[in-house]
Amino acid sequence: MKLRYFAWVRERIGVAEEDIDPPAGIATVGELVAWLSGRGEGYAYAFENPKVVRAAIDKSHVRADAKILGAGEIAFFPPMTGG
Amino acid sequence: MSKTIRLQRESFDVAAETAALTRGRTDIGAVVTFTGICRVDENGEPIAALTLEHYPDMAEAEVARHVEAACARWPLLGVTVIHRFGRIAPGENIVLVATASSHRQAAFAAAEFLMDYLKTRAPFWKQVEKASGKTWVEAKAVDDSAAERWLGPRGAAAE
Repeated sequence: MKLRYFAWVRERIGVAEEDIDPPAGIATVGELVAWLSGRGEGYAYAFENPKVVRAAIDKSHVRADAKILGAGEIAFFPPMTGG
Repeated sequence: MSKTIRLQRESFDVAAETAALTRGRTDIGAVVTFTGICRVDENGEPIAALTLEHYPDMAEAEVARHVEAACARWPLLGVTVIHRFGRIAPGENIVLVATASSHRQAAFAAAEFLMDYLKTRAPFWKQVEKASGKTWVEAKAVDDSAAERWLGPRGAAAE
């Protein structure tokens, strides 16, 4: 699946997007975040406070308990500050 | 019912957008426009510019969902939402919400609803350029509570 990162989540991780293949057993967005956090310093920094980071699956907002099965694109980003 | 949604780098002309909303119509009795403008300071510190990052496809989808929700909730005759991205200097426009209806109440309420949701649900992020460096603007709790007041039995359409 494709992961996309925005704003300071993107800066901390160091890439805007990447293709990943999470191990079996990662079923939810929250579990994906925990797994990503173990991939390196940048990831750990981006997700140091996982409650703050928002997620979207295929361009719709989702919560941490959302299932990732079948997701094409998952995005992580800070709380929004548009308008 | 005219619905216009544009995400764009370039600025926009509020008068021209308002005129486009009402052109050739005699059933519209009220147009409310809200324009968000880049301020020269943030938390008391002067800024050189704002840069708005966005998630293009999702931003468009999210704005469209909220325009649909507004149309389901109020008797609107037209809606225009324009949101800029990229670098924006102090004094320049950032966002426009214009709503048209037969009467003012629906137009006022829908414009406020759309702005409250744009602030908290549309995937845009502001970064400010100051003498001390670039920093990301933090989301405000007051914006969350402004959006939450539209929830409840009648506001469920927005979710």
